[in-house]
Amino acid sequence: MALLQVEKLTKVFGGLRAVSNVEMKIEPGELVGLIGPNGAGKTTIFNLLTGVIPPSEGQIVFNQKSIVGLKPYNVTDIGIARTFQNIRLFKTLSVLDNVRIAYHHRVKYNLFESMLFRFGRFRTEEAKLTEEALNFLDIFGLKNLSGESAQNLPYGMQRRLEIARAMATGPSLLLLDEPAAGMNPQETKELMELIDFIRKKFKLTILLIEHDMSLVMGICERIYVLDYGQLIAEGTPAEIKANPRVIEAYLGEEAS
Amino acid sequence: MLNQKWVRIIIFVIVLYGIWNLVYGVVNDFWKFNFLILGINIILAVSLNLINGYNGQFSLGHAGFMAVGGYTSAVVTLYYSKALMAIGLTPFFIFLLAILAGGIFAAVFGFVIGLPTLRLKGDYLAIATLGFGEIIRLSVLNVDYLGAATGMKGLPAYTNANWVFFLTIITVLIIYNLINSSHGRAILSIREDEIAAETMGINTTRYKVVAFVIGAFFAGVAGALFAHNIRLVTPTSFTFLQTTYILVMVVLGGLGSTSGVILGAAAFTLMNTFLANYPYERTIIFALLLIIMMLLRPEGLMGTKEIQIPFLSKKEGDSYGAIASRKAN
Repeated sequence: MALLQVEKLTKVFGGLRAVSNVEMKIEPGELVGLIGPNGAGKTTIFNLLTGVIPPSEGQIVFNQKSIVGLKPYNVTDIGIARTFQNIRLFKTLSVLDNVRIAYHHRVKYNLFESMLFRFGRFRTEEAKLTEEALNFLDIFGLKNLSGESAQNLPYGMQRRLEIARAMATGPSLLLLDEPAAGMNPQETKELMELIDFIRKKFKLTILLIEHDMSLVMGICERIYVLDYGQLIAEGTPAEIKANPRVIEAYLGEEAS
Repeated sequence: MLNQKWVRIIIFVIVLYGIWNLVYGVVNDFWKFNFLILGINIILAVSLNLINGYNGQFSLGHAGFMAVGGYTSAVVTLYYSKALMAIGLTPFFIFLLAILAGGIFAAVFGFVIGLPTLRLKGDYLAIATLGFGEIIRLSVLNVDYLGAATGMKGLPAYTNANWVFFLTIITVLIIYNLINSSHGRAILSIREDEIAAETMGINTTRYKVVAFVIGAFFAGVAGALFAHNIRLVTPTSFTFLQTTYILVMVVLGGLGSTSGVILGAAAFTLMNTFLANYPYERTIIFALLLIIMMLLRPEGLMGTKEIQIPFLSKKEGDSYGAIASRKAN
C-alpha cells in the first residue's frame, strides 16, 4: 500500500492554477525527487502536503487516511516533517532548543507541571527529551555546537540542523525543500551521504525538491517533473534525462 | 525533591527577604509606599514580558487586565468582607481570595480577548489590545456598582511588604519555570518563526492564548496589590499611560529577558520616585529616555540575555538544566 497518495491535487490562487491535477504515489521506503523550473509549484505542493495551505480540490491520503484539512501541527503528529527552502530555524534559540522544540508534541507533562510541579514526571520527561535531542545532534555532527544560537552556525550547518529538527519530530515521511541550495559541491556530497544514512537508519521515506541535478540524479529512485503546476513526466533518473518534454521545460523548445 | 539548585534558590530568597525587610524598615512612609509599587511593577513588567518579549505578540492591553484585577479584588474586600468574616475568614485569607479572584477574572478576560485578537499580528494586535484595554476602562466608568467615575474608595490597606515580596518572587519563579520547559520553548518558538513552529508540531494559537492568559492573570494579581496599596480604584489609574509605563520598563530592560525586565522595572520605579516632585518634566524625561534607548540600544539593557548570579547558576548534577537554554552572558 502506498504511504502517500495524492489524487487530482489542485491549488488555485485567484486566476493562477499553481498546482493542477497532480497525481503522485509514494511507496514506503522510497526516495523520490520532485523537480521543475522555478515557479512550477513544487513548494506549493509541500505546503499543501503539510497543511500550511488548504488545497482547492483533490485528495491527499497518508497511511490510508485523508489528511486534507488537518492543521500543520496535526500533520506533524501523524508523521510528516519538512524543511524549508529559505531556512526557518528558531534563530536566537540554541541548537539544542531548536531540536527540543520538535519533541514538544510528544511531551507528556502539562503546563501546570512545568510552572509549579517540576519533579517526578517533569524531570524524567525533560531528561529523556534532552538526551534524545543530543543523540540527534550527535548523528548530525552538531553535538559540540548544542549551546550555540542557531543563527551563529555556518550556512551548511544550519541546513543540517533543519534536517535534524525535522527528524526529531519522528516522521515516517520527510519532505526536503531544496536541501542543497547554496551549498558547494563538497557540502552537497556530504549532504547526499547524510540523506542516505538517515534514510536507512530510520527506515524513512523521502520526497525532495532540488535544483542540483547531480544530487537528484544521484540519489533519487524515482522523479516527478512539474511544469506550470502540472506533472509532465515521471520515471527513473535515466528516463527523465531522456524525456523530451522535460528537456523542453528546462531548455526551451528547439527552433525549427 | 529538593536538590541543591532549589536549596540555593531558597537561601537566595531568604537573603533577599532579609535585605528587603531591612531597607523597608529604615525608609520613610513615602519610600515605603514606592517600595511596594516597585514589587508591583516587577510583576507587571515580568508578565507583560511573557507576552511581548517571549511570545513576540505585541500587546498593549496590560492596564486593562490590571483594572480587572483591581476592581475584582476591591469588590471582594469592600462588598463581601463582612460575609467572608462571618464564615470565619481572617483578613489574610480574604485578601488571598481577593487577589486570586482578581487574577482569575483577569485571566478570563485575557482568554475572551485573546482568542479573537491573537489572530492579528504586529501593529494590528497592538491596536486591538489597546482598544480592548480602553473598552474595559470605559465600561467600568459607566458601572455604578463599581463607583463609576469616582471609583471605589476606602479599601483596606492589606498590601504590605510581605505580600508584595512573596507574590513578586512567586511570579518571577513561575514565569522562569514556564520558559525553561517544553511549553515555554513552544512559546519562544512562535516568536522566532510562527510557520516553522506550526510545522514542528506546535499549536501556535493555543500557545499564544496560553501566554496571553498567564500574562493577564499576573496583571490581575498586580492590579489587586496596587488597589490595596493606594486603597482606591478609579478608572483613571488604568489608562493607556499605565500600559505605556509597563512597556517602558520591559523595553528598557530587554524584551525577552526576565532579569533584564526586573532591572528595567526597578530603574523606572526609582526614577519615577526621585522625580515625584516634577510630575510634568518626568513624562518628558521618560519619553526622551525611550527615544535614546531606541536609538542607542534597541534591544534594551539586557537584550534576550539573562543576568547570571554565580551563586544560583553554579552547575550541579541537574540533568535537565545541564545546558543553559541560552548562552550565558
